[in-house]
Amino acid sequence: MSVYAYVVSVWLLLVGAFGIVRSRNLIHAVLCLSVSQSGTYVLLLAIGYQRGASPPVFGEPATKPTFRVVDPVVQAMTLTDVVVSATVTALLLALAVQIHKRNGTLDPDELRNLQG
Amino acid sequence: MPVFDTGVAWLPPVALTIPILLSAAVLVGYRRVRRPVVDAVATAGAACVVAVTAALLARSSEGRVVTWSAGWAPSHGFSVGIVLVSDPVGDGIALTAAVLVTLALVFSWRYVESAEGHFHTLVLLFLAGMEGFALTGDLFDMFVFFELMGAAAYALTGMKVEDVGSLQGGMNFGIMNSLGAYMALMGVGFLYARTGNLGLPQLGEVLDHQPRSTLVVAAFVMLMAGFLVKGAMAPFHFWLADAHAVAPAPVCVLFSGVMVPLGVYAAFRVYWVVFSHQLAPGDIRRTFVVMGAVTAVVGSVMCLTSRNFKRLLAYSTIAHVGLFLSALGYLTAAGTAGALLYVAGHAGVKSALFLIGGVMLARYGSVDEIDLHGRGRDTRVMKWLAVAGGLGLACLPPFGTALGKAISEDAGVSAGYPWAPALFVVVSALTGGAVLRATGRIYFGMGPRPEGAERPDQTSGSREERDTRPLRRVPVTMLAPIVVLLLGSLAIGVVPGVHSAAQRAAEFFVDGAAYQRQALLAAPAHVAAAHLPEWTGRGLALDFASAALAVLVAGVGLWGGVLHERLPLARLRRRPLAALRAAHSGHVGDYVAWLLVGLAVLGGFVGLPHR
Repeated sequence: MSVYAYVVSVWLLLVGAFGIVRSRNLIHAVLCLSVSQSGTYVLLLAIGYQRGASPPVFGEPATKPTFRVVDPVVQAMTLTDVVVSATVTALLLALAVQIHKRNGTLDPDELRNLQG
Repeated sequence: MPVFDTGVAWLPPVALTIPILLSAAVLVGYRRVRRPVVDAVATAGAACVVAVTAALLARSSEGRVVTWSAGWAPSHGFSVGIVLVSDPVGDGIALTAAVLVTLALVFSWRYVESAEGHFHTLVLLFLAGMEGFALTGDLFDMFVFFELMGAAAYALTGMKVEDVGSLQGGMNFGIMNSLGAYMALMGVGFLYARTGNLGLPQLGEVLDHQPRSTLVVAAFVMLMAGFLVKGAMAPFHFWLADAHAVAPAPVCVLFSGVMVPLGVYAAFRVYWVVFSHQLAPGDIRRTFVVMGAVTAVVGSVMCLTSRNFKRLLAYSTIAHVGLFLSALGYLTAAGTAGALLYVAGHAGVKSALFLIGGVMLARYGSVDEIDLHGRGRDTRVMKWLAVAGGLGLACLPPFGTALGKAISEDAGVSAGYPWAPALFVVVSALTGGAVLRATGRIYFGMGPRPEGAERPDQTSGSREERDTRPLRRVPVTMLAPIVVLLLGSLAIGVVPGVHSAAQRAAEFFVDGAAYQRQALLAAPAHVAAAHLPEWTGRGLALDFASAALAVLVAGVGLWGGVLHERLPLARLRRRPLAALRAAHSGHVGDYVAWLLVGLAVLGGFVGLPHR
């Protein structure tokens, strides 16, 4: 696997974080968080990837595989990660909607409830 | 083939599954039954977890309890299974979590009235996450449980959906902690790429035989950043004050008492089992001693300048986390033992104080120190409980905090930091003094009534929404948990066996190689004898000094207002203080920027070569 995927994954993490720093809208910030998380998907999948290998699916009877497969562990981790992401994103978006309802704005610069 | 003792191996999974199953049951059934039934079921469930973790702690103090799930026990030290390893430190934290959840649920019977079954479901899920996080021996599971307790905690913080502060606090908390979790996950990925393992014992075993590599250093830094966002190390700590200031009081108990220490626990668990051979101890010691001191100073200064009682307590938690980081960062068994006792004693005192804050909000509709001047004068019991809490936080013997502080100070001196006792004394005096000042003002009406003008750059406590109807008197279900928590903290300092148990637990904790051998090869544990003295003359003297200093700080805070303005020092001091306060802006973008700064600082500390 080329180094390209690793560069992309770190880039995604950082650019997502940068997006939150610069964000003027909480929904935008939550989606930037998802962008950051995409970095972890790319990283995990890149770790398990092998060029020319097949998917990790074995038929009956369970024998010792004679062919190369990509690593199923990182794929399972990525799936778990996606589930976590869905939960957290949904929850944070719900909070954002509620903030908008109560405050009429989603701009973090205009939320001044928690200082000092 | 190693023989694993499977006699009690079923206990750790049970500690996890009880709260998960019950939370599902509560969510399904709460509409069909009345509120007291929901309360009873949830509290009984948490109490069951207390029993299970207590049994586990009794067993694991003679050797770690290793559970390979679904029977994937290793053969010849190799396994692809997922493992739960419970040692006394993990069990102790799991037990603390269960006890605090039980008491918080009892407190909530009358406190969180508006919430229906959702509150109980979330608290039970939160408990499940904490139990799993404390007991697991698998790095990826740590990430999963980190996010499980995170998601429950974000929802609990933002529970008051009518209150913008509460929502904003939940949002900041959620974004910061999730970003931290993703950084930790990247670290997990790096380690998996290097070793092909996810279990802590397997990872440690492989890395012990590899030379130091940049990838592993990067993995360590990413993992530390993730865990210490939860552990509220400066400059990752900003979310904490926001979340604590707005979450309902029983939830704050869980945050401050156990969730934040869990972040610190995870950082050092991973260091000792996985990285302790590959990374130079000097680098790690320097990192945590410096960062711990910075955290402690930032926390105690912010604590002293807060007027919102809950926010004040939140900053004092940050200050104490700094002390825990320092004590654990000495990287000795003695420092670890001190930190364990300190964490346990702190959990009792701080939780009691948060519940007192909850009662304050329930009775007077505010947690603002200035607004409430003299409002609590008619209370008979509560005022003295608050004083006891303040003195406990200031490490007055025989509170558990005082014992932990004394042992940590000694450990600091013997690790080559002669200034360590000064840091511990000053920080506990400042935080305890801030609590005593607020107590004096609210419950005794001491000091001149300050003009109540709210400053724009400060969060007062008068806007917080109530969780209850205004209460005339304090129901016994709200009073009893406070008393139990304070007595628990006293018990840690007084009961004779606790001190030596903490030492044995610390010996287990710092022996990463034995952890690996016991988890992978079922090697019997070596139980070290306790050798540290319990209360020493010097420790007692320093403890009394910090308590006396705290009273002094409180006195200056109450009556020194005039003095303050006249001193030229006050003017000098104002600028940096304003800058520090401005940094705590409540703006999530700022917090994320600080997170990146912290990541770079950690990387510099651990990764750069130095003499």
